[in-house]
Amino acid sequence: MKILVAIKQVPERDAQVHVAADGKWIDESDLNYTINEPDAYALEEALQLKEKNGGEVVVVCAGPERVTSTLREALAKGADRAIHIEADDLGARDTLGVAQILADAMKAESPDLILTGLQSDDLGLGQTGVVMAELLGIPHATIIMHVEATGGGLKVKRELEDGWFQHVEMPLPALLTIQSGGNKLRYATLMGIKKAKTKETKTVQAAAATAPAIALERVYLPEKQKKTEMLTGTPDQVAAKIVEKLKFEVRVI
Amino acid sequence: MSGVLVVMEQRDGNWNRMSFEALTAGQQLAAKLGVECSAIVMGDGVGSLAVEVSSKKLAKIIAIEHTLLKAYTSDAYVAALDQAVKQAAPAYVIFPHTYQVRDFAPALATRFRSVLISDVIAMHDGPVFVRQLLQGKLNADYRHTAAGPCFVSIQAGTFRGDAVEAGTAAVETFAPTLDAAQIRNKPGELFRESAQTVDLSAAPVIVSVGRGIGEQENIPLVEELAKALGAELAASRPICDNGWLPMERQVGSSGQTVSPKLYLAVGISGAIQHLVGMKGSKTVIAINKDENAPIFEVADYGVVGDLFVIVPALTKAVLAARG
Ligand SMILES: Cc1cc2nc3c(=O)[nH]c(=O)nc-3n(C[C@H](O)[C@H](O)[C@H](O)COP(=O)(O)OP(=O)(O)OC[C@H]3O[C@@H](n4cnc5c(N)ncnc54)[C@H](O)[C@@H]3O)c2cc1C
Ligand SMILES: Nc1ncnc2c1ncn2[C@@H]1O[C@H](COP(=O)(O)O)[C@@H](O)[C@H]1O
Repeated sequence: MKILVAIKQVPERDAQVHVAADGKWIDESDLNYTINEPDAYALEEALQLKEKNGGEVVVVCAGPERVTSTLREALAKGADRAIHIEADDLGARDTLGVAQILADAMKAESPDLILTGLQSDDLGLGQTGVVMAELLGIPHATIIMHVEATGGGLKVKRELEDGWFQHVEMPLPALLTIQSGGNKLRYATLMGIKKAKTKETKTVQAAAATAPAIALERVYLPEKQKKTEMLTGTPDQVAAKIVEKLKFEVRVI
Repeated sequence: MSGVLVVMEQRDGNWNRMSFEALTAGQQLAAKLGVECSAIVMGDGVGSLAVEVSSKKLAKIIAIEHTLLKAYTSDAYVAALDQAVKQAAPAYVIFPHTYQVRDFAPALATRFRSVLISDVIAMHDGPVFVRQLLQGKLNADYRHTAAGPCFVSIQAGTFRGDAVEAGTAAVETFAPTLDAAQIRNKPGELFRESAQTVDLSAAPVIVSVGRGIGEQENIPLVEELAKALGAELAASRPICDNGWLPMERQVGSSGQTVSPKLYLAVGISGAIQHLVGMKGSKTVIAINKDENAPIFEVADYGVVGDLFVIVPALTKAVLAARG
């Protein structure tokens, strides 16, 4: 099975973010980047499917030069090849625009299966995979916890709200958006890191951006709506204040 | 092209309650724009649900009926809605941001060469739609710029489901052209994992731990606090994903929904999928090192600080207070 995994590079979760001067995105100068967390689970699922069924795992990322570090990490974890879609202007493209350049690069590879994360940590759109499937004309299923190859197709476990699940059977080629937690993530081994240096990363240029259907106009800190009473002081003073609240207001002590 | 069309969600004749929040959003947007609001109910045998919403202030209700819409599939939903939206020609199509909508609405929007503005938390004049970035650390204003209809999904809890305006509306039936051969996925029955042994929904006091705890070895730190308080221990999703605590202790949209007297959140950022599971708590106390963490937006009391310093001090103080 030839599996393509779309991985996105996003700011680290603990990053202190500041709005950029133009007010349209965050200031990227001091940020550290990492793989989008659900995409790490998508990669893990792909690697396990390959271990069970054979085949090839190719990771694909669209973004500026810096994203190649995330592709290298994926190669070190066991992906066979990487494709870097070079685009410095992702901010000027909407979901359809980004999905289009990913779909173009993937179509050329004729994959059996495409995996994406269910949602990116930065934009949080939760759509890119579904839009890609539509553009490629292949079936999809979202928020997937488990994938099983059956004769010629797939049986997947979809997560639904409130602790419900559902199995879905589907033909190949197909696209799945992967939820976190389905597998235990592996670490890159020293051997893997060494081997990654010999693996191929192909760079392709993204087609020019077309007019977007939606526009992000302004980014800002959310206005505080709730009056939270902040408890301050030394740790012992803070602890004493909380105990006071628990005794006399919340009444749980 | 004008008007607002709200797509409601049902399964086996039962509403997804978020549908009514989307209906309120649709009515408010329509009022602001001075246009009509209509609603879609879809499935196989949704007549009585359509009648139920005919007591709402709507221009009309479109009941999309087809046997192939009985069990949800993205293919059938996209095909049916593609036809119905083209016929109704609305300027805005509003959805509740449910798992099902996440599964098909982006593909539907793509058919119109448009892009769904997903998980919207507010609407302003323009109209401008507000959504969250970076898991709630920032907000962003979005505007629809294409020629076709604007597709929007509304985050859970943003609008009140009980604020839908009453009125009367006529029901129109719409029979889409669907072919079983178009439907590529075979959906199975819904199921739950083996019975839960921990019922957090009844717990009066909950101490909940998030990724701020850093490592599995640090979990006992919050365990001790929970023990001192006589509380149940709960967690955010990443803690359960990592296997540091069992899945059944997860709070949130894909975990348990809780409403204790006290919810003490330790090292939890407050992503919406977590908040929907604990918003009903009577009192929320949050300990987080980031003063801008969204969890403070729902907290009654907040402590900005390092949990590794605050939690042990608090455990000691609680034990002392209990004697
Ligand atoms: C479809 C879907 C369903 C989901 N379902 C759920 C669900 O049911 N439940 C759920 O919880 N999540 C769910 N999620 C995930 C959710 O979006 C968040 O990713 C998750 O809740 C984040 O968990 P967290 O707050 O523990 O981690 P993070 O967001 O990483 O936050 C960690 C916090 O700890 C703080 N911190 C770090 N170190 C310290 C320290 N030393 N002292 C004090 N504070 C510190 C940081 O400032 C940060 O705010 C779901 C996501 C999706 C897309
Ligand atoms: N620039 C990108 N490069 C590679 N994959 C991406 C990119 N943007 C989005 N994706 C994929 O699409 C998924 C959903 O992203 P989003 O729609 O932004 O929430 C991510 O988890 C990735 O798998």
